[in-house]
Amino acid sequence: MDFLMMLATTRRVLSQLRHDHRSIALILVVPAMLLTAVYFLYENESLPPGVPRTFDRVGLMMLAIFPFVVMFLVTSITMLRERTSGTLERLLTTPVHKADLLFGYGVAFSLMAALQSLVATAVAYWIFGLDIVGAPAYVVLIAVINAVLGVALGLFCSAFARTEFQAVQFMPVVVVPQILLCGLFVARDRMNDLLEAISNVLPLTYSVDALQEVAAHAEATSRLWQDVAAMAGISLGILVLAALTLRRRTA
Amino acid sequence: MSHLAAPLGTARGQDAAAVAASALRVNLGRRPVLLGVDFSIPAGGITGLLGPSGSGKTTLMRTIVGAQRIAGGTVEVLGLPAGTAALRRQVGYVTQSPSVYPDLTVEANVRYFGAMHRKGKTDVAEAIAAVGLEPLARRKTADLSGGQVNRVSLACALVAHPRLLVLDEPTVGLDPVLRADLWERFRAMARAGTTLLVSSHVMEEASRCDTLLLLREGRLLAQLTPAELSRRGHSSNLEQAFLAMIQAADHAGTAVEPETAESARRDGRLH
Repeated sequence: MDFLMMLATTRRVLSQLRHDHRSIALILVVPAMLLTAVYFLYENESLPPGVPRTFDRVGLMMLAIFPFVVMFLVTSITMLRERTSGTLERLLTTPVHKADLLFGYGVAFSLMAALQSLVATAVAYWIFGLDIVGAPAYVVLIAVINAVLGVALGLFCSAFARTEFQAVQFMPVVVVPQILLCGLFVARDRMNDLLEAISNVLPLTYSVDALQEVAAHAEATSRLWQDVAAMAGISLGILVLAALTLRRRTA
Repeated sequence: MSHLAAPLGTARGQDAAAVAASALRVNLGRRPVLLGVDFSIPAGGITGLLGPSGSGKTTLMRTIVGAQRIAGGTVEVLGLPAGTAALRRQVGYVTQSPSVYPDLTVEANVRYFGAMHRKGKTDVAEAIAAVGLEPLARRKTADLSGGQVNRVSLACALVAHPRLLVLDEPTVGLDPVLRADLWERFRAMARAGTTLLVSSHVMEEASRCDTLLLLREGRLLAQLTPAELSRRGHSSNLEQAFLAMIQAADHAGTAVEPETAESARRDGRLH
């Protein structure tokens, strides 16, 4: 691990992105726009007194899901390009360590994700008056960890795609089941045993659980930290798997 | 760069081989591509790797830079087995299709690959100047012409000041002026002590090399100088000479043994 090479990689990935204004706009603006749509979707719901708005539940979870989905897509395509254009093979003939590359990517996209979730969280709080008990800083923290998870999965999945078209097809395989089973649509304790067991091993589940903790408690609970630790551990594990897909020598 | 010479254990001078292969066999998947190749590339000169497309040139180069697993035999680079971690600091590789980032500027590309070798601003500026791209340094690589992108890719290797530079068809798609210019640069680098291995399927470029490795269908047809090639192939046109050698080899039987000019002269097969 060489800190300078990692930083050089982060800087390189960010400057690649900087030339791509459209992607930056998509990353920063789209989540806020979708959040707006969700707000107006539930605008006219009639609630018994004391029951929280659906927006406070669904909007909050979306704040965690956006960075996961977006960073998964951005990373898997970027890494696939790196693999197919020959730059990866070339890099692996230099002294750079695989971890410098992977963490370089991780840091770059996590920075983007932090920006993205700051924008989306600000919109949720200030424009639509998101009403939860916990502090917004925790929401941003969970969003960033989710982004790292998306980056790790993207780096890993890019090894199994040969074209960008295939890479995009991993989204329904890897991302959609997690969204379905994370507790957004049906509470996890009301799923059948099989689905609940699957949802127990899907990383996104832990971020939704963490957000529910933030929504219900003013201070960070130990369950929140357990969820955060689980997500961080899974992300690191997937990054290690991704490192194994980077081969200096091919057969 | 005082750490370069000592730890690799190769004596400096003409007789130390930069690359030495012995009975080298390489498969791509299950397909055998190199079928037992022996050669030795002297340090500090330009060695041309020539042969029809599909003869195994790129595979041989990828093996030397450590990107390709070998199936048998040995290949040593600067005194160490190819692919050894210490060699990553010493060996530069320029792939056939330019492997650079199109969405970065020329400078950002060279800076990034330089950073992988802990090289700073001066080296970056030098490398860009060496390929004549100073006026375009701040342009996005995607906006450059094909030949210019090739030169960006070359600069990304030069920035590391490698002792061995492996170039896969570096002059493809370049106009004659640029091509001549690039060969002058290769010559200057060789004079300064760099070992260059340059592949080409344009036989006319062979005359610019010190030594030639002639590869055909995964076997080494011969290792010789351009002068020896034209003598053994009975033509001053190196392409004709190469074709004549291939025909002679086919005539001599299926098992083509690499041979020196001396041994060929002794048994008189080519005369």
